[in-house]
Amino acid sequence: MNIDWTVFTPWSALAGGAIIGCAAALFALVNGRVAGISGIVGGLLRPSLPDAPWRAAFVAGLVLAPAVYAMFAALPGVVIDAGYPVLVSAGAIVGIGTRYCTGCTSGHGVCGLSRLSPRSLVATLAFMAAGFATVFATRHIFAL
Amino acid sequence: MSVLSAFLAGLVFGIGLIVSGMMNPAKVLGFLDLAGRWDPSLALVMGGAIAVGSIGFFVAGRRLTTLLGTPMLLPTVRTIDRRLVSGSLLFGVGWGLAGFCPGPALVAVGAGYVKGFVFVVAMVAGMLAFEGIERSRARLAAAADGTAAGTRE
Repeated sequence: MNIDWTVFTPWSALAGGAIIGCAAALFALVNGRVAGISGIVGGLLRPSLPDAPWRAAFVAGLVLAPAVYAMFAALPGVVIDAGYPVLVSAGAIVGIGTRYCTGCTSGHGVCGLSRLSPRSLVATLAFMAAGFATVFATRHIFAL
Repeated sequence: MSVLSAFLAGLVFGIGLIVSGMMNPAKVLGFLDLAGRWDPSLALVMGGAIAVGSIGFFVAGRRLTTLLGTPMLLPTVRTIDRRLVSGSLLFGVGWGLAGFCPGPALVAVGAGYVKGFVFVVAMVAGMLAFEGIERSRARLAAAADGTAAGTRE
């Protein structure tokens, strides 16, 4: 394993992670729920739910985060290498997959592991493994 | 009040994703590329989030009500089945293809990235497809049972 020290950002990663943990803890203590993005978005797509307002508010907070961040510092650069066909298929797969496993990196990865949930540990190991395998296939086998 | 706290939680979560560098798919893919020039940052993001989050969930798990006095609604499902594993594997493939998962993609939309928007639209379409599949499966199951009530998780 070759660590690329030119791109590894341990301190901002830890700090950003701690901020994410604060958000998850706040949401658990005040709203009594798990801050799982796919579940929050997925729940918005079911008709006539009384909890649509808080779901929409959480999503609005996420979407407005860059604007708030930009008031204090310049936004870090983003590189999206994937072309549109890949983005569309990846998005659809992520949408279906996260609803079947009822969680994503936030719900299972951050919140589930924080709660020591065996179910979330299995989910996290599975999506990490699939992510590793997919990148290995695209970058090292097919060299896309 | 719960709407305001949900907004704040989303906002703080999104800022954490920006600070940690996870809004950038190139950085996520750098973590998933174990065989290449590996960027371990994502592991530290998870570590930092879990270190702080576990304190919050530890306290929340011992309470019957939230700080607002409403009931705790933390997940109680414990089943580990094929559905969980295959869904997770599917999600991981999509994650590895584009480097986006749901949270960072929504933040990228807010930062004005058209590609983030396209990913989110496709993701919502995928979730709607899931709803459609589940509804028709529930209908089929109900018809097979000869009962009118379909059940859903």
